[in-house]
Amino acid sequence: MTFSIDGSDFIHAGEASSGAKKALTKLGVKAPVVKRAAIAMYEAELNTVIHAGGGSAEVDIYPDHVLIRVTDHGPGIPDVRLAMQEGWSTAPEAAREMGFGAGMGLPNIKKQSDELLIETEPGRGTTVTIRINFTV
Amino acid sequence: MILKDCIKVLEAQVAVSVPDLEMDIQVACGADLMSDVMAFACASNEMLLTGLVNPQAIRTAEMMDVKVVVFVRGKQPGEAVLELARQMGICVLTTPLPMFTACGVLYSHGVLGKGG
Repeated sequence: MTFSIDGSDFIHAGEASSGAKKALTKLGVKAPVVKRAAIAMYEAELNTVIHAGGGSAEVDIYPDHVLIRVTDHGPGIPDVRLAMQEGWSTAPEAAREMGFGAGMGLPNIKKQSDELLIETEPGRGTTVTIRINFTV
Repeated sequence: MILKDCIKVLEAQVAVSVPDLEMDIQVACGADLMSDVMAFACASNEMLLTGLVNPQAIRTAEMMDVKVVVFVRGKQPGEAVLELARQMGICVLTTPLPMFTACGVLYSHGVLGKGG
């Protein structure tokens, strides 16, 4: 499944994750796994809206896991190690007003994922790949 | 505690109703930072109390399978928030109580925090 992430405002942020959550539920994936996937993808989706003006997401379902790949063409992450620290953030005030941007996004994604790969290049963008196994 | 009784003790108005006002609310969480709501995810958070009045509060509730969102401190959600809640089948309440008091009232009636 492919989802476009509209980065024009915060009102529509989360629509891609909402669509993926519904699809996973419909396919009979267990609720705790769906919740982990939804949280991880929602945080990644919001990151693209906050930092990169939107992007896209691909969700591929395999017999024993789901792969979520969220891509943007934003400024990239200058220091991934710092970005993984809880509380470290470069988000603008507008993100904080929406209840995000307090430096919990990437740590939250890592917490929900079985595997997390962050590929980023300054000035070119970021791709976050999240693997979530179906075993609870 | 059933939802109908939560509404009573919170002195709440129902902004978006749901068919099941008898649903059991065992676990709730209170936060304005939505990433915190998701960081401390528990299996059965039935209710989210927040002062954050925007669509992302409803989106977060959707991701977390939260069934009831309570806006505290008398904050009134706009139509975009209410419409999203209707689409998601999420109950929306507004209470004049501040966050600390609203959480305390529910806790004193047996609603617990993080369920694990």
